[in-house]
Parts: sequence; C-alpha cells; structure tokens
Amino acid sequence: MKRVTLLRILVILGAIGLLEGLIHAGIVPRFTIIPPSEMASALAAILASGKLKVDIAVTLTNVAVAIVASMAAGVTIGTVLQRAAALRRILDPLFATYYAIPMYAFYPLLIVVFGLGDVPQICIGFLLAVMAVIINTLNGLDRVPRVLLKAARMHRMSALRTALRIRLPYAAPYIFTGFKLAVAYSFIGVIGAEFITSSRGIGYEISFAYNNFDNRLMYGLILFVLALVLTVNMSLHAWEKRLMMRRQR
Amino acid sequence: MKARDTLILVAVVLVAWQLLYWAVGSIAFRSPAETVRSAAVLLADPRFMPHVRESMLAFAEAFAIAVLIGLSIGVTLGASRLASEVAEPILVALYSIPKVTLYPVILLVFGIGMPAKVAFGAIHGIVPISIFALNAIRNINPVYLRTGQVLRLSPWAAARKILIPAALPEIVTGIRVGFCLTLIGTLLGEMFGAQRGLGHLLMQAMTRHNMDSIMALTLLLVVFAATVNGLLLALDHRLHRRV
Amino acid sequence: MSPAGGDAPVHVTLRGITRVYPAQAAQPPVHALGPIDLDLRQGEFFAVVGPSGCGKSTLLDVIAGLAVASAGDASFEGQAIDGSVPDGIGVVFQEDASFPWLTVHDNIAFGLRELGRPADVVQAKVKYALDFMGLADFAQAYPAQLSGGMRQRVCIARTLVLEPRLILLDEPFGALDQQTRLLMGDELLRLWRETGATILLITHALDEATMLADRVGVMSARPGRFLEIVTTGWPRERDSTIVADPRFGGLTSRIWTLLRGESLRALGHTGVRR
Repeated sequence: MKRVTLLRILVILGAIGLLEGLIHAGIVPRFTIIPPSEMASALAAILASGKLKVDIAVTLTNVAVAIVASMAAGVTIGTVLQRAAALRRILDPLFATYYAIPMYAFYPLLIVVFGLGDVPQICIGFLLAVMAVIINTLNGLDRVPRVLLKAARMHRMSALRTALRIRLPYAAPYIFTGFKLAVAYSFIGVIGAEFITSSRGIGYEISFAYNNFDNRLMYGLILFVLALVLTVNMSLHAWEKRLMMRRQR
Repeated sequence: MKARDTLILVAVVLVAWQLLYWAVGSIAFRSPAETVRSAAVLLADPRFMPHVRESMLAFAEAFAIAVLIGLSIGVTLGASRLASEVAEPILVALYSIPKVTLYPVILLVFGIGMPAKVAFGAIHGIVPISIFALNAIRNINPVYLRTGQVLRLSPWAAARKILIPAALPEIVTGIRVGFCLTLIGTLLGEMFGAQRGLGHLLMQAMTRHNMDSIMALTLLLVVFAATVNGLLLALDHRLHRRV
Repeated sequence: MSPAGGDAPVHVTLRGITRVYPAQAAQPPVHALGPIDLDLRQGEFFAVVGPSGCGKSTLLDVIAGLAVASAGDASFEGQAIDGSVPDGIGVVFQEDASFPWLTVHDNIAFGLRELGRPADVVQAKVKYALDFMGLADFAQAYPAQLSGGMRQRVCIARTLVLEPRLILLDEPFGALDQQTRLLMGDELLRLWRETGATILLITHALDEATMLADRVGVMSARPGRFLEIVTTGWPRERDSTIVADPRFGGLTSRIWTLLRGESLRALGHTGVRR
C-alpha cells in the first residue's frame, strides 16, 4: 500500500479514535454525541432488525430515479446544446449561476404543486444533478478533436451516427464525471429534502429520531448515510481516475 | 454582447414561467406579474426587514468563519506536498456528503438559535474554500519559487510578493464558491428549527399554503443569489484573465 | 580579436562536484552528476551540451546555489558556494518565470524594488533594460498578452537589470521555434558583450552551443562528466552568421561525434526518452 494511503487511513482512524476517547473521558457529553463504537452497533442493530427496511428502500429508490432521470435528460440536453452554439451562449449565464441558487427554496413550491409524496424530493435531486451532467457532457463533447469529426465525414456518417459512434464514446470519461456528480447530488437533494419535511425515508427517520430524543437511532442512521454515500462516491471517484488515465498521453 | 444574451435569457425564463402558470393553474402557482407584486408588498412590509437582517447577519458570520477556517486549513495543508496529498481526498469526500444529515448533530452541540444557523452555514463553506486554497498553493508554478530564491528574497518577502499573488485567482474562486454554498447552508439551517429569518418565513408560508409568499420569497432569494454570484464571477474572470 | 577568457582571472571553480540522490522507497541511490572539474574564466561564454538526463540542470543548480552537491567544492569569486544563492549571480530558467500579475515594467523592476533601490534609480535602469531588450513598446502589457519569445525576453531583462557578474541560462530558448532561437542567440551575444558578464549556457542544440560559446563542455550520459571541452576560438564580435565560417562544420561534427554515442546510451538506459 502506498505510504500516502496508509497515512490517510491513520489520520481518519486517529480522528475517530480521538472522538471516541473524548466522549469516554466525559469531555464531550454523551447526550450530544455518542461514541463512534456505539454508532456502529446502533447501525448494525437497525440493519439486523429490518425495521427501517421500507424507509431505506424508499430513499434509495428515489435517489436512483433522480440519477437515471438526470443522466437521461442531462446527456440529451448536453448533446443537443453542444451543437446549438447560439442557444448555448444565451444559456451560459444560467450555467454559471445555477449552483449559487438555493434549490431547496423551490421545495415548498414543489410540495404545494405535487403534494407531500416522493415526487418533490426526486425533483430536488434531479434539479441539483441535471446541471452537473449537462456541464460535463458539454465539456466532454467540446474536447472531441476536429480530426475525428473529419474522419466521420470521410466515412459519410450521419449526424446521429456520428454522435452515437464517435462523439459520445470519446466524451465518455467526462460524462462519467457527470455521472459521479449526479450520484452525489441526488443523494444530497433527496435526503436533504426528506429531512426538511417528508413522511418517510431515511432523512425523515433521522429527523423523527432527533425530535424523539432517540440519539442511538439517530446516530446509527446518520452513520448509515455517511458510510453509504462515502463508499459510493469514493468507488466512483477511483473508477473515474482509471478511466481518465487511459486518456492521458 | 454579454448583456444582451443575459436579457434574452431572462426573457426566456419569464416566458417559460408564464406558460407554466397557464398550464398548472392559479391554485398552485402564480404568474410572474403577481409574484413581482407580492415581492414588492413583502419588501414594503415593516415586519419583513427584521427577518432579512437576521438572515444576513447569520450569513455574514457564517461566511467569515468559513473563510477564516477554510483558508487556514487550505494554505497550511497546501504548503506541504505530503500533507496535501493525504488530505485532499479526505476533503473531497467531506464535500460530497449530504450535510443536512449533520444538522441534528449541530443542533445538539449548539442548541436551537443563531449559533446553530451560523455553524450550519459555515460547514457548507469551509470545505470548498479549503480545497481551492489547498490546490492554489500546491499548484504554484515551481519556477516562481526558484525565481524568488535566485533573487535572494527572504521567505517572508517571497510569500508576500510572489506566492500570494500567484495563488490569488484560485483562492478567490474558492471563496466565491464558498460564498454561494454558505448562503445556501444558512438558508437551509433557517428552514429547520429557526424562529426568525428568511428560511423560516419560507417554511411558515409552506405550512400555511400561502402561495403568494412562497413564490415571492423564492423569487427574492433566487434573484439575490444570482446577482451576487454574477458579480463575484466577474471578479473571478478578471483575476484569471491575467494568468 | 583574441578569444575571450584565456588569461582572464578564474571566476567560478568546480572541483569534484558530484550529486547523488539518496535511495528512496524501492529505488537505489541515483548517481546523477559528476565528478565535475571546471574553471570558468571571467567574461567567457561557456556552453554545456549533453544527452537528456545527464545532469546539466543539476550542475547549473549547484553553481547557482539552488542545490547542494553531495561531494566536491564550488566557489564563485573566491567564496565557497554552499546552498544559498551568492550575490552577483543571475539565472534564466527554461520555463517562463515572468509574473503574470505584474506588467512587463513591474516584472523587470521587481528585483530592484526588493533590494530597496530608490525609485528614480529603478526607473532609469528599467528603462534601459526595456530599450536594450526591445520591450519599450510593451512596458505596460501583461505577460499573458505576449508571445513565448517576448516573455523570455522579459525574464532576461529582469535578470539583466540587476547587473549580475555571472549569468546562468538553462535551455532558455527551448520552447521557441528555430528562427526565433537564432535571433535570441544574437541578442544574448549582444548582452554578453555589453555587460562583460561570464555566461554559462545549457542547451541541447549543438549548433547553438558552437555558434555562441568560446568553449563548449560536452557531457556524457548519466552520471554526467565532461568528456571534452572544445574551444571554438571565435572572436568576441560575433553573431549567428558565424555558421558560414569554415571551422563551424568541423567543430559541430566533433561535438556530435562525442555526443552521439552518449545519446544512444541515454536512450538505451530506459528505452524511453527521458
């Protein structure tokens, strides 16, 4: 294992160990934070009991829908937009400003329109994710070397075939970056929205546990979300690096 | 050129909004004209300003903390090649977690009220600011450092006259991103357990099904965030164009 | 008309200069340079050529005080060089070292201002350097607006204005096209004659070395050692048209004969161009 990776693991374990120690020593009060070891056992208990199976399934399903929808819409919009230079120029300020806008501000609006179900949460996740996909799709397609497009013309390929056989495959690593971001944003959007107000889902259960002073349950769930999101994002990140390395000269 | 495109964009958004209004109906929606009118009414209402002040105060504090801590972490780590290599993936991983899930922890630590809002806003901004600062320092062209050595500058003079100007554009980008995210974080914090502030007003309007208020507040927040971001972006571009 | 150097006093002395990079992780120690023995005479133009990776840049770093040799002694104007940059040495790097946040004028003035020179002195010296390097029209421009060759001129001007007695150049024209290189070579010669400084130029272009220098040190593949020091014997008043001199071809071919085997060895060491 590389020295850097080892150091990193040590730093993380050290931080967790420090927290554990501070709590056991009474410096950090137990009613504020429970020791990481107890968080882990609480998480194990939750998973074993299967009590929150439905909530977990609901959240994960909503996240998955948001990811699929944002990828489909994002790649399509990005591909079309990359050819429509004038339209793209007009939308440019939107791209630059999009992530400064508090998307959660639209949540109340969505609830009033769609009711308190899964749709508003999926929408928030979608809204956060779709722009990242569009931006990265555009970035990837921009980088397709002109010489490849000339080769496509020499082969008398139609615009659609060129897009499917040459431009999108070339842009694939960059689109993957967009996918990685779509996953991260979908989690943030869906779980965040569940937390603000919702009737089920992991975010809702965390909020419920907090209001009922059930620290064990709350921290167990928080640990679950953190572990899940970190694992997924780090795996995608490692995969992305491998894809990008193939493109380095 | 740029201004004309922005105007066209705004026009397109307004048209799309109006069409959406005609499609969805007036029970669940408001037209652009109605929303602007509601916003004007809100701004004129004397009870509105205290909430604005509360939110701005919370945001200002959160942003100051985020910049202070973020820059300290980023610059310190960026100066060491080993430290920055070890720390960067950790910071990037922290960036990707849904910070909403940490909100109960913040409430437990700080209690309900202003400190919790400020803390919540700050944690949104600290991570991007430190990541950008770390990379800004780490990626300083080594030839500048050697030039400083050849010109026999003291380490302090080299830092002030060469390193900081060289790293500034990236640091400013990080601060801009941190600004926007801290704003969102503070607002989000207010949407939970707060009794005052714009976020609280938004949630209140939702529970009362007050469509006028919901849309007017959303409009004001979006316009504010977009305008400030636009200004910061212009500054960002000015700095980067010289590089 | 006699060649520069000759019986001028010795400016830089190197004895047994060696650089070994210590063992790291899974890699054995790397003997990168030396031992090198060299006497640079005051006011001479000395070029160093050698295959990639032979340690030419390391040699420059040691003389400049930017790196410490693992063994051997180096001295400049009689004082030992030991890890700090001595006064009176200027370096021009291969990469563009101009500061993008300052105008051309402020870039050139940078060193003088750091030394605390009075404003009117700074103005006068900077103006002289701007005129000398042909940058007067670009004084208020930013480096990002200039071509690569112009930016390198800014770096040279920034070094020049401090009136160094020894100027070290590490492949300064590497990033430029051939024609610009030849013109920059002429400028370098002009600068050399006007300032009377000692010049050490590292280059991978054999014709450039032969054209510009009084003496050319030909280095072996890693670990770099001087295979031979070839004296060109050119008159001080020279420029790129020296290529027409009947001796030019013979000198260049002598150097290439020495180098050719070394370059092949350098390639063979890793199988891949370093």
